Amino acid sequence: MPSESASLSSILSSDFEKILASWLKAQAREGVKRTDLVSAKETEKQSRDFLIAFGRATRDAPTDDKFDFANPSWDPVREALEEITESRTQRGVSPTEMGWFIASIKLPLFEQMRVAFAENNARLLENVWNTTRVVDQLALHAVESLVQKREAIIERQRAEMTEVSAPVVKIWDRIVTVPLIGTLDSFRAQTVMENLLDAIVQWEAEIAIIDITGVSTVDTLVAQHLLKTAAAVKLMGAECVICGISPKIAQTIVNLGVDLPNVTTRIDLQSGLAYAFERLGVTTKG
Amino acid sequence: MTDESWTVALVRQSDVAFARQVAMKAMTAIGASAIKKTKFVTAVSEIARNAVIYGHGGAITFRVVGIGLHRSVVGECTDRGPGIADMQLALKDGYTTGSGLGLGLSGARRLVDRFDIISSAESGTTVTLESAAR
Repeated sequence: MPSESASLSSILSSDFEKILASWLKAQAREGVKRTDLVSAKETEKQSRDFLIAFGRATRDAPTDDKFDFANPSWDPVREALEEITESRTQRGVSPTEMGWFIASIKLPLFEQMRVAFAENNARLLENVWNTTRVVDQLALHAVESLVQKREAIIERQRAEMTEVSAPVVKIWDRIVTVPLIGTLDSFRAQTVMENLLDAIVQWEAEIAIIDITGVSTVDTLVAQHLLKTAAAVKLMGAECVICGISPKIAQTIVNLGVDLPNVTTRIDLQSGLAYAFERLGVTTKG
Repeated sequence: MTDESWTVALVRQSDVAFARQVAMKAMTAIGASAIKKTKFVTAVSEIARNAVIYGHGGAITFRVVGIGLHRSVVGECTDRGPGIADMQLALKDGYTTGSGLGLGLSGARRLVDRFDIISSAESGTTVTLESAAR
């Protein structure tokens, strides 16, 4: 057992209940005890679990200048922190509140140290400094983990959006259509192509209509994706019709110098459908 | 001349979409026509994507210059890339070092009223795009 860390760990074990009570009070004072978001009982349980893990880690691993958060002894502390951030991310706790939640443990620890090292200022200062380093690292980790969890949520939502934004619809016998909305990046373009080709096989379609009315910008990348999709549709033995090209997008495409050879285009979905009917020999009354 | 400006950091592909939105906002601010807006936004899309793909990322800043009916939006895109070795070749239709159509630079030049490009191996590439309201 490293002698330097003995003080932090011995304080945590001998005055555990006192520190916990004082920490909960400090949390309330710093305004991070969000009773509207997290119940008092839950906060107490989380604080207790964290403090137990913290006490064990300070006993098993050095907390002086040899402190290394990567040491496996800190794994249970990391897990406890993950659990706390997990439950708090979902409730909208801010990164600052999360940081303060951990950092507010300093005061109760310093209070105990002041008593323990009342006679030795040098020892007191040394312990305060070591504790600050360790607690700051934990608080930063908590904030980091909170941000990571939020990023994971954003990533998941992005994936969900991609999924719902490319529905291929069978609008007539042997005719499928896909309305494109928003931006068409490489990832979405790939999804659209896969969905469209699958639909052609599934419904034995001979005409695939891509409606780009909802696409705000057609740049060279979007044009390239459309050309690739049209080429793939052709390889499947079907024909691709692109409709919904507005006058301003038509002019922009010409200025860009993009050529759309071998691709049938129509002004809107209605004329696209009319073209498809004509090709397939479908007649409608009225 | 107003001192209002908007800067968009270009790191990921999704930043290009945000740059387009900001470009649209700037063009709306000067009361640009629909066709001018579409052309400028498309040019920004090309240049911003180049900065992300070939330029190791960078930033694009939009400013409104001029007064009254002669207002225009200036977009200045800088990247941290290796620069363009042969400018004449890079501005040629259909030339690409990547997998695109090779129309981004030349196409963007045709879509705006002013197009300047400065490039060096030390300071990367800076593209300036300007489009008037009408």
